[in-house]
Amino acid sequence: MNIWLTALRLAIGSLRAYKVRSFLTMLGIIIGIGSVIVMINVGRGAEVNIQEQIRNLGSNMLMIFSGSSRSGGVRGGFGTKPSLRVKDAEAIARECPAVAEVTYSIVKNMQIVAGNSNWGTSVQGTTPEYRLVRNWPVKYGEFINAHHMKSAASVVVLGSAVAENLFESWEDVIGQKIRINNFPFRIIGVMNSKGRTPAGRDQDDVVFVPYTTAMRKLMGSRLPGVVHFIGVSAHSKQLVAEAKREVEELLRQRHRILTEADDDFTLRTLDEIAAASEKTGNIMTLLLTSVAAVSLVVGGIGIMNVMLVSVTERTREIGIRMAVGARERDVLIQFLVESTTMSFVGGLLGILLGIGASRAITHLAKWPTIISIDAIFLATLFSAAVGIFFGFYPARKAASLDPIEALNYE
Amino acid sequence: MVKPIIRTKQLIKRYPMEGETIVALKGIDLEIQSGEFLAVMGPSGSGKSTLMHILGLLDSLTEGTYELEGLNVSHISREMRADLRNQKIGFVFQTFNLLARSTALDNVKLPMLYLRPRINGSHKKAMEALKSVGLADRASHLPRQLSGGQQQRVAIARALVNNPALILADEPTGNLDTKTGREIMDLLSSLHERGITVIIVTHDPEIGRLTRRRILVRDGIIIQDEED
Ligand SMILES: Nc1ncnc2c1ncn2[C@@H]1O[C@H](COP(=O)(O)OP(=O)(O)OP(=O)(O)O)[C@@H](O)[C@H]1O
Ligand SMILES: [Mg+2]
Repeated sequence: MNIWLTALRLAIGSLRAYKVRSFLTMLGIIIGIGSVIVMINVGRGAEVNIQEQIRNLGSNMLMIFSGSSRSGGVRGGFGTKPSLRVKDAEAIARECPAVAEVTYSIVKNMQIVAGNSNWGTSVQGTTPEYRLVRNWPVKYGEFINAHHMKSAASVVVLGSAVAENLFESWEDVIGQKIRINNFPFRIIGVMNSKGRTPAGRDQDDVVFVPYTTAMRKLMGSRLPGVVHFIGVSAHSKQLVAEAKREVEELLRQRHRILTEADDDFTLRTLDEIAAASEKTGNIMTLLLTSVAAVSLVVGGIGIMNVMLVSVTERTREIGIRMAVGARERDVLIQFLVESTTMSFVGGLLGILLGIGASRAITHLAKWPTIISIDAIFLATLFSAAVGIFFGFYPARKAASLDPIEALNYE
Repeated sequence: MVKPIIRTKQLIKRYPMEGETIVALKGIDLEIQSGEFLAVMGPSGSGKSTLMHILGLLDSLTEGTYELEGLNVSHISREMRADLRNQKIGFVFQTFNLLARSTALDNVKLPMLYLRPRINGSHKKAMEALKSVGLADRASHLPRQLSGGQQQRVAIARALVNNPALILADEPTGNLDTKTGREIMDLLSSLHERGITVIIVTHDPEIGRLTRRRILVRDGIIIQDEED
């Protein structure tokens, strides 16, 4: 039997001899590791969820907003200094080969009245291509078509949340009348539910009307031809970057932006949005994890404390062991293995607790969590390291005791 | 019995204290042959235990030389002292010094835990040692489930288990009644008969009379050395 195995047997023996105390000592580590695991699982879950939502925004999509951008975020966005025009969108469709579909829209929050219910929502004046760019199927009826556009028809397509809020049953809403800004509109369709954006906005709380109708009846005070948003889909995923280059060059040209000057628009691909949100997600995970790591350190200090008390209490035992031939190293290893065993077992219990808590969170709060294997692996290593680090000082103290003093200790 | 197992020359032990230094041993010249049965006697505070600790390599000397089995061990490392204690010396204490949470058997096994190279069959050896002190049937008892005499027997079994050349017993009967003390003395003298060198520290002349040689220590020096 080698020295480590002996020490391990001794350690397990002494953990069992002092069950309650050992458990209380481990509690810090259990909670520390448990919370690290939960944090990471929740963080990973949220991240994957957000990435999924971003993919869900549209297919191979580029989004263009008015206003310039700073690195990292969109400044301005809807409404500020409108620089995009319908003609820009038409030029993109005409002149950018990597681009498949182009849509544009103008947006305003308005009150909608159906019978005696009413509902405030975002009204989007857009084009038939919107549905394609956003990859967004219609559930009932149809979407805006070219004819509606040309004739500036008073037709409206409801987002599912609006339909739900205004009507009891959905099937017979097609053909019914609602009023927007006191103008009557005929419902021609209801969209599939698309869920929330990564930012948390309910994408289904929206109604669509033809752009031409919106300009004529609902947003008359705006400059003619102004749009808030241009959406572009590339022919393929591989062409998204190419499409971005083409669109950017074209818009800079059309807006007569000097080589040195900033864009007066913001162009984002979904990948960029995904990357940005992944970055913030990582920062969140890091923050939460460092909070958990602090509790782990506190747990380690707890172990050190108890080990110090234990060394003092067991001074006589140490003296006896030394008298029969235990060397410094034997005593050092014995106590080190004991503290490490304690933190390791605490770590394992913490992992179980963390997995259990993650499951519970998913179950009760409906938050997605992902059991992260590398987090478990890391937590195991970390808990053992805590035991070695915080156990070293007490073990050192035990090993350097003088045999006679230890034997005579009361 | 011609080879000295222990030889000291002008052994001095000083305890540096605040203010003055206490000199516990003031120049001990001592030669003990292998297989002797010897009592170290003297009044309280005379330095008996100090001498015993130094001979047992539990403590270090301040000046002079100490040879154990011909090897100069005056200034060896802590590690080497631990190894020699483990292989050559068995201790018996007044207060038994058993591990309270370990069974009699595990207590006896303890020295084998630190024996290098490791040996197989430590269980069997420990059982044999327990049997030789008449406690085979108490192997799984904890110290508190044993009488004082039985505990001291377990301690003797532990001292024996690595086949030491030397047994050092500091007041082994000090915590026992006369009858039990005599039994422990019988056990120790049977070890002497097996050829082990046995040194007993005692201030009880009755106990000293049971050995073959007595040295009398006073104020850190040997003032008398008599042999039967
Ligand atoms: N660690 C120490 N520090 C300072 N002085 C000590 C220490 N250990 C022993 N002494 C002193 O050394 C002297 C000898 O002590 P020792 O324990 O050897 O006596 P002893 O003969 O065993 O006495 P007793 O019969 O009472 O056990 C005493 O004066 C004691 O106070
Ligand atoms: Mg003494």
